[in-house]
This record gives sequence, C-alpha cells and structure tokens, in this order.
Amino acid sequence: MKVLAAMSGGVDSAVAAARALDAGHDVTGVHLALSPKPASFRDGARGCCSLEDSRDARRAADVLGIPFYVWDVAERFNRDVVEDFVAEYAAGRTPNPCVRCNERIKFAAVLDRALALGFDAVATGHYARIVDGRLHRALDGEKDQSYVLAVLRPDQIAAAMFPLGQSRKAEVREEAARRGLAVAAKPDSHDICFIPSGDTAGWLRSRLGDAPGDILDESGSVVGQHSGTYGFTIGQRKGLNIGSPTEDGRPRYVLSISPVDRTVTVGPAERLEVSRIECGEPTWCGAALAPDRVAALAQVRAHAEPVACTAYLDDGRLVVELADRLAGVAPGQTLALYEADRVIGSATIESAA
Amino acid sequence: MSVPVQSASVQGGGGVADVAYLDHAATTPMLPEAVDRMAELLGRVGNASSLHAAGRQARRIVEESRETVAAALGARPSEVVFTSGGTESDNLAVKGLYWARHDADDLRRRVLVSAVEHHAVLDPAVWIAERGGGELVVVPVDALGRLSPDSLRAAIDEAPDQVAVVSAMWANNEVGTVASVAELAEVAAEYGVPLHTDAVQAAASLPVDFAASGAAALTVTGHKLGGPVGVGALLLGRDVECAPLLHGGGQERDVRSGTLDVPAIAAFAVAVEVTVKEQAQRAESLAALRDDLIRRVLDVVPDAQLNGDPTSAPAHRLPGNAHFSFPGCEGDALLMLLDAQGIECSTGSACSAGVARPSHVLIAMGQDEERAKSSLRFSLGHSSTASDVDALIAAIGPAVERARTAAAR
Repeated sequence: MKVLAAMSGGVDSAVAAARALDAGHDVTGVHLALSPKPASFRDGARGCCSLEDSRDARRAADVLGIPFYVWDVAERFNRDVVEDFVAEYAAGRTPNPCVRCNERIKFAAVLDRALALGFDAVATGHYARIVDGRLHRALDGEKDQSYVLAVLRPDQIAAAMFPLGQSRKAEVREEAARRGLAVAAKPDSHDICFIPSGDTAGWLRSRLGDAPGDILDESGSVVGQHSGTYGFTIGQRKGLNIGSPTEDGRPRYVLSISPVDRTVTVGPAERLEVSRIECGEPTWCGAALAPDRVAALAQVRAHAEPVACTAYLDDGRLVVELADRLAGVAPGQTLALYEADRVIGSATIESAA
Repeated sequence: MSVPVQSASVQGGGGVADVAYLDHAATTPMLPEAVDRMAELLGRVGNASSLHAAGRQARRIVEESRETVAAALGARPSEVVFTSGGTESDNLAVKGLYWARHDADDLRRRVLVSAVEHHAVLDPAVWIAERGGGELVVVPVDALGRLSPDSLRAAIDEAPDQVAVVSAMWANNEVGTVASVAELAEVAAEYGVPLHTDAVQAAASLPVDFAASGAAALTVTGHKLGGPVGVGALLLGRDVECAPLLHGGGQERDVRSGTLDVPAIAAFAVAVEVTVKEQAQRAESLAALRDDLIRRVLDVVPDAQLNGDPTSAPAHRLPGNAHFSFPGCEGDALLMLLDAQGIECSTGSACSAGVARPSHVLIAMGQDEERAKSSLRFSLGHSSTASDVDALIAAIGPAVERARTAAAR
C-alpha cells in the first residue's frame, strides 16, 4: 500500500512511519504545518509545530530513507480547531482541540488529500488499535489515545493505520534508539500545541479580552469576581480567588458557567455529581447503536476512568445514564462510548444533571 | 548539448540514475573541470595572506582566478571581490552601497528595488528600512515581470536627491524574465545613483559584461554555473564606495574580510571560464530544449499558463527557464507527484519550513494567490538532455489530473 505517515517530529510518529515501512508499505512522510508563523524552536514539552519539530521530522524521514514533505494546513487548522476552541470557551464550554484536529484535520483534510493524491492510508503515531476494522484501546493503557479518535467514522478508520497500538511507550523509545532516530529521547508533548506557553487562560484573554463578572454561590450571593468566564471549566477548584470561605470551610468548585450574564456559579463537591448526560448527535466508529438501551462504558474526558452506563438515542441525540454518580462532566467535552476495549462511538456533551 | 555531463557524482535524485533533474536554477551540477581543479587544490596548504612560499602560491592562484573571472565577465581584476556566494554579494551590495552613500550625504536614504528581486536583495532592503534608518521603495514591474526604465525613472524622480542605491536583477530566478540592465543603469547614472544587479541566474546562460552593463555592482555565484556552493563574487566598480559587512583582516579590497577559500575560488573561476566560453552555444541548445518542453507541456496540458516573457530570445527570457501555472492544481501536490516519478522541479518560490508561500514575484506580476500557488518551475542547465524533457512530458499529464482531483476535494 501507499502510506502517508503524518510525522510531527516526535518519537511516536517516527516509529510509526518506520513500522509501516517495515511492513512493506511504500511510505511517504508528511509534516503538517499548523501555524502560519511557527516558532523557531521547541519550547520544552509543549507544542509540536515549531520549525525545530519540522526539522526533527525531516531528519527521521532521512534516516528511514523515505520522501518527506511539509503540508501547509495552517488555514484549515486555524479555522476548524483554533477558532472553534476560542468560540467554545467563549460559549462557556470546555473543548478538546485534539479531538477536533483528528476529526477535521488529520483524518479529514489530510486523509482526503492523501487519498486523492493516490495514497491508500494515513499512518499516525497514535496509541490505539484497529481490530477487524474496529477502533480499540491501545495495549498501553497509560498512553491509550482511543478517546481522541472516537470521533472517526468507519470509512476514516478503514484508511487509518496505528502501528503503535500493540506497544508500550518504553518499547517505542527503545526501538527509536535502535533505529538511530535522534528523536528517541525527545520529551513527550503535552498540553495544547497552539498554546506553547501553556497558559490557556492568558492565551484566551489575549483573544477574547477582559469580560469581568461575578462569581456566585448557589444561593445567588456574590462571593467573588472574575475577569472572564472563559477562564473556567466545570469542576475547577483552583484559581477561583474567592475571598470569603464557606461556613463549614469546605472547598468550592465551579458548577456552571454562564457567559451571557458573565456569571460563574460555585458550590460544594457533591453538587458536581451527575447521573444523566445529554449529548449531541453521535458519530459511530462502527455499526450504529441499536435503537434500544445498551449497556456500555462512558469516558467523559481524556485519561478519565471509564464508568458503567446505559446509553440510548433520544431523537437522534445520545443520552447516557450512569450507574454511579460522576463529577467533572463538562459541556463541550467528548463522551466516548466503549464496549470493553472497543470504541462504539462518541458525541459532544451538551448538559448533565 | 555541448557538454552532456552525467557522471555518477553529478546527477540529481541523490545519485539515483533515472531521475530527470529539472531544477538547475536552484543549483546545477559542478562541471568536471571545476571538480578536478578543486580536488587538486583541497589538500594543499597555504593562506593567501601568508608571506612564505605556500602563501605566495595560494595568493597566485587567487589572483589568477580573479583575472579569469574578470576577463570572462568584462570587469577589471581589481573589481572582483570574492564572497561566500549570491546572498553575501547581494547583502554587501545593497547594505554596503546604502551605508556608503548615506554616510556621504544623510539625505540619501531611499533604497529602490524592483518588486521581483530575490529575497537576498529584498530582505536587506527591508532591513535597511526597518533597522538601518532608510526607506524602502519597491518599484513595480509589468505583467511579464520586467522593470522598465520608465518605471525606474519615475521612482527616482520622486526624490532624486534622496536615492542611495538601486537594485534591479539581470534575470529573474523564478519566471526567467531578462531585464535591460544597461538601459536601467543608464537611467540611474543620469541621476548619479549606483545600480546593483543580481546576475546570479544570468551568468549561467547569458552574455554578462560588467563594464558594458554600466552597473556599479554585480552579483555572481559559483553553484548556479557549475562551480562549488559557498563561493561567488561581487563585481564592484573601482570608484564605487561600499562599506563592508564583514570586518576583519580586510582581505578583499577592505570591503570583505575572511581567509580566502583558495580551492573554491579556483574552481569557481574555472566554472566561470568554461561557462562563458560555451555560453552562446549553450544558450542556443538550452533554448531549443526549453522551447520543446514548453510546447509539449502545453500539448499535454492545454490550459497550463506560461508565466514570464513568451518571447524565447535570450534577451527576453533565460534560455533554460520554463515556468507554468496549472489551473486547479496546488503546486506542492504536483511537485510531490512528479518527485515520486523521478522528476525534480521546484515551486520556484521561497520556502518557510518547507511550506511554499505564494510567490512575491507572481503577485508582483499581477497574478492572484491561487494562480501563484498553482505554479511550477522547470529549469534546464548544462547537463540537461532531451530524455529529461521526455520524462517530464510522460509524467505531467497524469500528475496534473491527480492534483486537480485532490485540490477539488
């Protein structure tokens, strides 16, 4: 097969490309330029779109002896991921840009272009497995990235290759070193690639400006001030800067965010717990959910523990009833449904109670 | 071809035999004569500034090389300033002439450059405007990418006393349009303004005579005409004041410091000599091959648009240059598809991290961004053969078709 290997400049995608090559495929490396004005150097563990990362990817391709190109997807990325991220926060939700990037860039714009240019598949360094055409969790539970891939349709999964799904991270690093790939010891990237400073709230403030408002308790009393609702996410405890403590001295958490009247409501931990989550229209990774109620596992954010639930469709929208009450369910996040290790599908969380 | 060079050491594709290298404007294989000369000298000791026998021997080679370059390009030996190549020569000319002229009269702060200059000219001029206390004036070109003497005159006329320097390239590296440098220099001379011309592309296939051109300074580089990378020259008129970029030992006329690279300079001189000797014949055969390429590309892709001057004569267009827009295609996709077929060419514009930006040259010629992004440059050189063109013609049709499908999605 003709395989396009998306190479970020990190160790995972370099080894993924190497394995695709070993499997006998005709592999071409492509680095995605996501920023119109990339920084010269990588800044610690953050980001993956500096010129240095592009050079690292090129060097890995050289070592593997495969052709290498840079594809400029900065405009699409900005529109479909960055602007979406800003708009979601502005609307009081908590987006997951990695999910959006997989959904709209890597396995949409890039995959479409690859197929049109004569490639048969796109290989990435994601930790996930495809078993009999179905998306599954990776063997390495710590590194599993099936959650951020749960937005893929069957046709996208059919053209995807995840050569690292059976491996542990340590093995991948060892293999990179054995293959002479200079990125073997490069730190993993964390956080949001287009906010290299790591200061999401500060970055959002520079995009959205100050929008000060009140922090309220559940009775509606003003307990503090904030400079913009976009600085908060449901379940957040730190950084609330509330002056007066509660009478019983218990910590308070963000319960709801209302950008319209610029208020953030806080309360005790137990008020965060929900048992019913309503989502938007789901994407199925395989066959659609049966029309009746199905027992499944729900994961409500990256690296969260999956929890037992019953899922069903209500007028085309996904509704999940949890077996046990769960805290930290934020609108805007993706809810991924699993049957054991198999990903059934996903939908964006709209509300929870 | 007069000198069909295709030995194992000088082919494209990283040494892969069946590759059609159509990117001679980016760099061209070293001539065997230049390779031999360089190899002969690489093991030899001697700093051309040293006073002992080894130093004198090195100096002799440098000075003989200087005389060779001067004779081949219509300059006097004392007018040849050896540099590290085109970028340094362009920087030295633009900044050096600006600084010297501005020092002599601080009213002179305008730097006039044509809109299609290489970044090695454009960016120093931008730097002067942003950091050097000067003012940048970008002089427009016509739809073929040519700066007319009238446009230059109009730009100087805006403030004749304030012009420090003019830079206008001899032949454009992207679309191959050749300027009337002598006419431009004449206009500049009327106002007493020094004109620099970047002749990096021109020197490989056009007759270049520094004295006859009337230019105050002229850039040439080794690796575009069969010499090594990393060596070139600025031809600088004897009476032209130019401040140095690099300070140090003052080796080159106190305008350029740095220990002279004797093997590279000698190989460069050999390449210049051979190139100039064979220029007329080479220009003719390259133009014939190029005309064939253009005709056959247009046969296979009838809606492809030729950019630059459609007149084939060397006074109008570089003999080895063919530059097309392929409507509905993205140039980078097309380049990748051709590369996979062993056809090596270029999107012809500056790259940033490997990302092709719409060419400022095509934009200056009045084309829109979409057309600029759909462009490819095929450039022929001394080792090009008819089979290179055949390979391109066999591959271009399906590649354009596929790239169009991809862009339409």
